[in-house]
Amino acid sequence: MLLIRCPYCEEDRPELEFRHAGQAHIARPANMAEISDEEFEEYFFIRQNPKGLYFERWRHIHGCARFFNAARDTVSDKFVKTYKAGEKKPSVAKPKAPPAKRAAAQPASAKAAPKKAAPTKAAAKPARKAPAKRASTGGTKTRRGANKP
Amino acid sequence: MTAHRLPKAGRLTPAREVRFSFDGKAMTGLDGDTLASALLANDVHLVGRSFKYHRPRGILSAGSEEPNALVGIRRDAARQTPNVRATVQEIYDGLEAVSQNRWPSLSFDTGAVNDLAAPFFSAGFYYKTFMWPKLAWKRLYEPNIRAAAGLGAAPDEPDPDLYASRYAHCDVLIAGGGAAGIAAAVGAAEAGASVILADEQSEIGGALRFEAGASIDGQDGWSWARAQMAKLSAMPNVRVLTRCTVFGYHAQNMVVLAERLTDHLANPAPEMSRERLWQVRAKHVILATGAIERHMVFPGNDRPGVMLASAARSYLNHFGVAVGKRVGIYTANDSAYYAALDLKRAGQKVQAVVDLREDPKSAIVEEARAAGIEVLTGHGVVATNGRLRVSGMIARPRDGGRERSFSVDALLTSAGWTPSVHLFSQSRGKLAFDAGRQIFLPGENAQECASIGACSGMEDLAAVLDAGYAAGEQAARKVGGSASSTMRKVQSESWSGGMVGAGPGAGADDTSRAFVDFQNDVTAKDIRQAVREGMRSIEHVKRFTTNGMATDQGKTSNLHGLAIAAEALDKPIPEVGLTTFRQPFTPVTFGALVGHNRGALFDVTRRTPMHQWAENHGAVFEDVGNWKRAWYFPRAGEDKHAAVARECRTVRAAAGVFDASTLGKIEVVGPDAAAFLELMYTNPWQKLGVGRCRYGLMLREDGFIYDDGVIGRIADGRFHVTTTTGGAPRVLQHMEDYLQTEFPHLNVWLTSASEQWAVIAVQGPKAREIIAPLVEGCDISDEAMPHMSVRECRVGGAPARLFRMSFTGERGFEINVPADYGPAVMEMVWAQAQNHGACMYGTETMHVLRAEKGYIIVGQETDGTVTPNDCGLDWAIGKKKADFVGIRGLKRPDLVGGGRKQLVGLLTKNQKHSLDEGAQIVADPQQPKPMTMLGHVTSAYWSPTLGRSFALALIADGRARLGETLFVPMPGGKAIEVDVTGTVFYDESGEKLHG
Repeated sequence: MLLIRCPYCEEDRPELEFRHAGQAHIARPANMAEISDEEFEEYFFIRQNPKGLYFERWRHIHGCARFFNAARDTVSDKFVKTYKAGEKKPSVAKPKAPPAKRAAAQPASAKAAPKKAAPTKAAAKPARKAPAKRASTGGTKTRRGANKP
Repeated sequence: MTAHRLPKAGRLTPAREVRFSFDGKAMTGLDGDTLASALLANDVHLVGRSFKYHRPRGILSAGSEEPNALVGIRRDAARQTPNVRATVQEIYDGLEAVSQNRWPSLSFDTGAVNDLAAPFFSAGFYYKTFMWPKLAWKRLYEPNIRAAAGLGAAPDEPDPDLYASRYAHCDVLIAGGGAAGIAAAVGAAEAGASVILADEQSEIGGALRFEAGASIDGQDGWSWARAQMAKLSAMPNVRVLTRCTVFGYHAQNMVVLAERLTDHLANPAPEMSRERLWQVRAKHVILATGAIERHMVFPGNDRPGVMLASAARSYLNHFGVAVGKRVGIYTANDSAYYAALDLKRAGQKVQAVVDLREDPKSAIVEEARAAGIEVLTGHGVVATNGRLRVSGMIARPRDGGRERSFSVDALLTSAGWTPSVHLFSQSRGKLAFDAGRQIFLPGENAQECASIGACSGMEDLAAVLDAGYAAGEQAARKVGGSASSTMRKVQSESWSGGMVGAGPGAGADDTSRAFVDFQNDVTAKDIRQAVREGMRSIEHVKRFTTNGMATDQGKTSNLHGLAIAAEALDKPIPEVGLTTFRQPFTPVTFGALVGHNRGALFDVTRRTPMHQWAENHGAVFEDVGNWKRAWYFPRAGEDKHAAVARECRTVRAAAGVFDASTLGKIEVVGPDAAAFLELMYTNPWQKLGVGRCRYGLMLREDGFIYDDGVIGRIADGRFHVTTTTGGAPRVLQHMEDYLQTEFPHLNVWLTSASEQWAVIAVQGPKAREIIAPLVEGCDISDEAMPHMSVRECRVGGAPARLFRMSFTGERGFEINVPADYGPAVMEMVWAQAQNHGACMYGTETMHVLRAEKGYIIVGQETDGTVTPNDCGLDWAIGKKKADFVGIRGLKRPDLVGGGRKQLVGLLTKNQKHSLDEGAQIVADPQQPKPMTMLGHVTSAYWSPTLGRSFALALIADGRARLGETLFVPMPGGKAIEVDVTGTVFYDESGEKLHG
């Protein structure tokens, strides 16, 4: 079970408290009624399924009930960053594996093996273009989540 | 004392005898014995029959890697556990064990004819044979194969045992309580970390159990382990879990353990849990999982009496049992020499050590020779004798030459040690191949963990202990502890050597059967055949031969199989690859995984506030999601049909009372509440007056119907939104999603109120008369409170939101009162209702009445691909609105084009015929199959009001087909003739709604 950091609660909480909510940073076009079929297809149907860094939405449904965004490596399942809805997409490098810590056969040399440089080739791809993006609402929201008195 | 228990050997107490039975035969063992050691003490080697060939099989190992010695353990009719490894099961007084996969008896098994037919049962046999005729697979081949090949039988009664479950957090979790794990636990605990040390055996100590030559700080290894156990147990920051297998390693150091609590007890208290599942989140994990000895691959290596050298040492040094009196050894590795010397010192004859190595240089080899043991180097065992027990071994020089025969009653083998990297691999760590030693070792870590001891390839005890203490201290320091190093004086055994793959006599040109995987009966020949037939990846070889696919998951066989495949492919081992290590490390019971979540606790049951009232009146309930809803209220002598017919007629003629509490309810509040609903629903809301209601239709962005419900405006900035019973959570999620992420500029607050309001629907011509005496503070006349209006008032003294609305087509009210008032108000309403000849009704009647009016139910008439237009609900879309969720989706080409399925009514030509929901509709029942299907029936009922059956259906271009005759083909070839009609069957003008 993953531990996920809720950027509103500022705590690592177990995956059971969260619900996945699909790809992040797909803004609903402000001129929704007027967009073309192609733009609608792009907005509603087309999603990425990358091997590596992925920006996705989660909801802390059994906690503060807020939606937030996360950058996760789909290979290692490691969360690189979680951040509030409305915040700009962070520029993050491909997550590094923790340094190798295999204990060596001889205790005298039982120190960390030389670190391998993390591969960087699968760096974050530029966000796919969404049609007629609405202006960012910039995390100005202050209301607390629903379902909480 | 039994025949093979030596008086002065082992650590068990001779006075503490334990009685048990095997295949009905009474035997005795000692307290602390495993079933395997107790059987061996009784000179029983033959314990099972193999999976495929029914070959006699004995005990191979002394641990959880055991592939052969699988037995059934029986406590009572419901407590019968199949496929228990005799090497793991501890005996208790009265234990009943039975052998498996044999008929009529273990020593005479008719299934053994399979062994004679073995040439026909080679790898891939099932895939190539039994192909024709097609039907015979199901009826003939499969049942017979399943009966002949297999393991034990599961009990057919429900499991009566309890299973517990716990979550835990710790600084350092240590998997494996051998020397390395103990040292790590002490190191981490003394540095102040909170520690969990888990080991699958009944006591910690690991290989010190059999390593007689080990000594630590002047104590023998096992005594040291006992002293460390006492020390650790006394520390408040340490939890030592024995009989507890770490079987799974998930992301972020989530480690899963199964602790066996009662399987070793004679009479466990009934309230004790049989097992406990631990889910531990550790800041640091130390893997000290040890290594597993491999057998040698040679012809006839599966006879009872052939076992691992380390197992023989365990049985001798711990349990005091000599596995044979005339022992042969076949090895490629030093560790087996210790077994030879231990047995010789214990007074048993060692016939010869056959060592495949040409010139082993280790001191232990000389020690064996000096002790008078014959050592044949550069030799291999090429055959064995014996049927139900090994009786001889035949050795010859590895490259051919004179054969020598030895009389043996046990043959101990060792091909070296395979590090247990299962958990490391589960943690997604990368394995590295050590070509010199021909083993896979932990490489780069993927998580906060360290591998120490034999599982990381260490062989020397002093090094293992040092690495253990260091790893423990390091882990503790990481979580804020401080180190305190201690010096130790260690004497250890030293092992080197080892080989993978098949030995002489089992080579590419040999036709003999040398077993690689005992549990699945896979031989070296089978693996070579798989390569010959085109398997290149080890994953394919594995599946074709089933090597490593038995319940032991190839703990002793995988590396051999890989080496043989690599040799046949003429490739280095790492290029052939390694099969994936998967959970669980050893088999885990479903009980442990399920815990308490079964029976009534499997899922939540939701009951409305008036549930008891309905139960008191004899309601039959139906499950709607997690809800229990009153389905119908049969009177004496009534079946469902009669009860529903009476309820329908009574509601239409007088009135009925219905519990509608399960309806989803969301309170939408705030200055922008109306603006928000404009975006969430297709309808216009800004101009809806306070005190008025409107039917709301919710779409997804793709234009398909998502939910519906009546929404009342309580105040300017306050709406009472209702949703479908099953839809409440997802509708709230949908609203929250848009509110938080797309429309955060709107000042709105959403609150789930589904369980805060009890809802009593009173429907029928007499509805107003029934509730009138109970209502205070509001005029409920038709003029003051018309259809689709809402008032805040008091009903039966309780604060209420009173809706004038109808889901039956009759004049209706829905009384919302706070949930706790529900039962009391329901009693008052029911008392009034009886004065007016009304009845109580359930969901079935509600369905019939709403369908007569053509009201849809989302999820019944719709399936996620139905548009408002399909359902004739275009009137619910605000034509002047600039935006709402779904506005663009509705214009998609597929949604506006012709040929869409539209909701229509159906009347059968024969009034008595009723249709099945889901039945397909065609234009011509005589057309060839597959027929062109026009649509399907969504709702079908008997209407007591119409005195006939009727249905709703989605039919392609349905509204253009009004008046057409279509057909519903039924099983058996008949087709029911139907007329296409409009969707409203009752009171089309709607005047009854308005009273």
